[in-house]
Amino acid sequence: MAKKILVYVEMAGSEIAPVSLEVLTKARQLGDVEAVVLDPEAAAAAAAIGSYGATTLYAGIDEDYRKFVAQPAAAALASLAAEQDPDLILFGATYDARDICARLSARAGLTVLANATDVQAQDDSFVAISSIFGATQNVTTELSGPSPCILLRPKSLPAESVGGSPAKVVSVSLPAGAPRGASRLESVVAPASGPKLEEARVVVSGGRGLQDSSNFELLEELATLLHGAVGASRAVVDAGWVPYARQVGQTGKTVKPDVYVACGISGAMQHTVGMKGAKHIIAINKDREAPIFKLCDLGVVGDVLKVLPALIAELKSRGVSG
Amino acid sequence: MKIAVLVKQIPDPSGVGKLDSKDHLLVRDQGEVVLDPGDSYGVEAALQLANGDGEVVAISMGAEKAVEVIRKAMAMGASAGVLISDERLRGSDALATARVLAAAVKGVAPDLLIACTESTDGYTGTVPAAIAELLEWPSLTFAKELQVEGKMVRIHRQTPNGHDVVEAELPAVVTVTGGINEPRYPTLKGIVAARTRLLDQPTLEDLEIDPAIVGVGGAGQRIVAVEAAPQRQGGEVIEDQGESAQRLADYLAELKVI
Repeated sequence: MAKKILVYVEMAGSEIAPVSLEVLTKARQLGDVEAVVLDPEAAAAAAAIGSYGATTLYAGIDEDYRKFVAQPAAAALASLAAEQDPDLILFGATYDARDICARLSARAGLTVLANATDVQAQDDSFVAISSIFGATQNVTTELSGPSPCILLRPKSLPAESVGGSPAKVVSVSLPAGAPRGASRLESVVAPASGPKLEEARVVVSGGRGLQDSSNFELLEELATLLHGAVGASRAVVDAGWVPYARQVGQTGKTVKPDVYVACGISGAMQHTVGMKGAKHIIAINKDREAPIFKLCDLGVVGDVLKVLPALIAELKSRGVSG
Repeated sequence: MKIAVLVKQIPDPSGVGKLDSKDHLLVRDQGEVVLDPGDSYGVEAALQLANGDGEVVAISMGAEKAVEVIRKAMAMGASAGVLISDERLRGSDALATARVLAAAVKGVAPDLLIACTESTDGYTGTVPAAIAELLEWPSLTFAKELQVEGKMVRIHRQTPNGHDVVEAELPAVVTVTGGINEPRYPTLKGIVAARTRLLDQPTLEDLEIDPAIVGVGGAGQRIVAVEAAPQRQGGEVIEDQGESAQRLADYLAELKVI
């Protein structure tokens, strides 16, 4: 009998979050896919979810899924999981999904594995693949027990539609008495120009070698010329130079641009796990022994504070204007 | 105000981690172990909120050596510590870890529990919210700003393109991101004082945790294989002699990004 896979699909506004499409695509290879969306606009996702191969959409449209963080969604998922008894529950690893998955795990007593890059079906269980020690080793973990939960890292797997018909919508209600918890009072969108870090064709990232937060302006300028986005290493995020949202690496984002320019980044494993999937890597660092030079396609041993201004001037002299 | 903070001993992140060749579990009792750098932001956040007159309790589950990271938190200013260390816990999954820590937090009965968003060795990131669920407390995660006023806690929660202002009533769980503050260094006086501070070491029985749900036996997951991941090959590396900008621009042109 085919296995039943439940996919938690997240909405980004009125669209399905890109990582959820990756997860739906993976789920098709593992068994019969049903999706759950907990969002006031859930029903609007039926066509897209169907085209990615899910037969059923469990839709919860309570406003409180948006207003409160994780707790109502976890309560609804726990009751759905108890009723449907899926063989596996898959999530794309987003800020919200991680909290929801964690709470679901505790509420329903389900094991949870985070940071998976792939999932495979065995005869009577599932295994998750994840990478450890800065992606130098891959571990295969077998999951057991009722409805194991797996969080898949964004950009680990492709998203491919199969053109199925719209999923059948089944409404789910928020369990009576479910606690609401922390409420969202306001959403602030930081002013941003240029492409998003995760979607940019070019990413220009900076690390400790930039010496001072004000030197990040050089990266902004180069990124603008290259129509790219600016990223950062954990060290400079921890130092408070740039917000966490810019962090590339194990505890930050995974990026797979065509070109990744690492400026003053030594290439600690914590960082490289988030960028080694780039098609081409350029590194500028003054330490010839920095590990980043072992994985770049073109490396420049030099002071990033001299090389960057020279590169910006050179690009401008070639008529590049961003 | 009483604030509990989770701390974890991890293998030195600048070193190379090692898995046991038999059971594939992380080797935690060899080499340098350090306070997870992420946790130092949690300890600092707790100390700032306590502001001298509150109480900060550092809680850790780990090998015997984890006592060192509790002492580190105490040297920074934490007034007490709880260490749950038991051979039966080795190999616990994230859910079992949350169950043990939730029981310990319940014993401490703080107004607020602070943790980092994810550990630097395992980076699962589900334990704090799972603890909150077990305690039936709200969770406020990915805080890049944190304030407590009366019975309310309010954070700026990192989002993919900005932040949400999130609020809940105490008691609650908050996780903090790196960069939320500048962790203080332990002072010599603090290091000396830490040696005499109270350290509670409850057993699983004290915490009323069924040993069957923890450790390798209680885990709903088991590592079955470990293999080297394919690695990228390095390319050309040049020394900057003042002309590397041309070479870089040529390369960018070759890649058709200019």
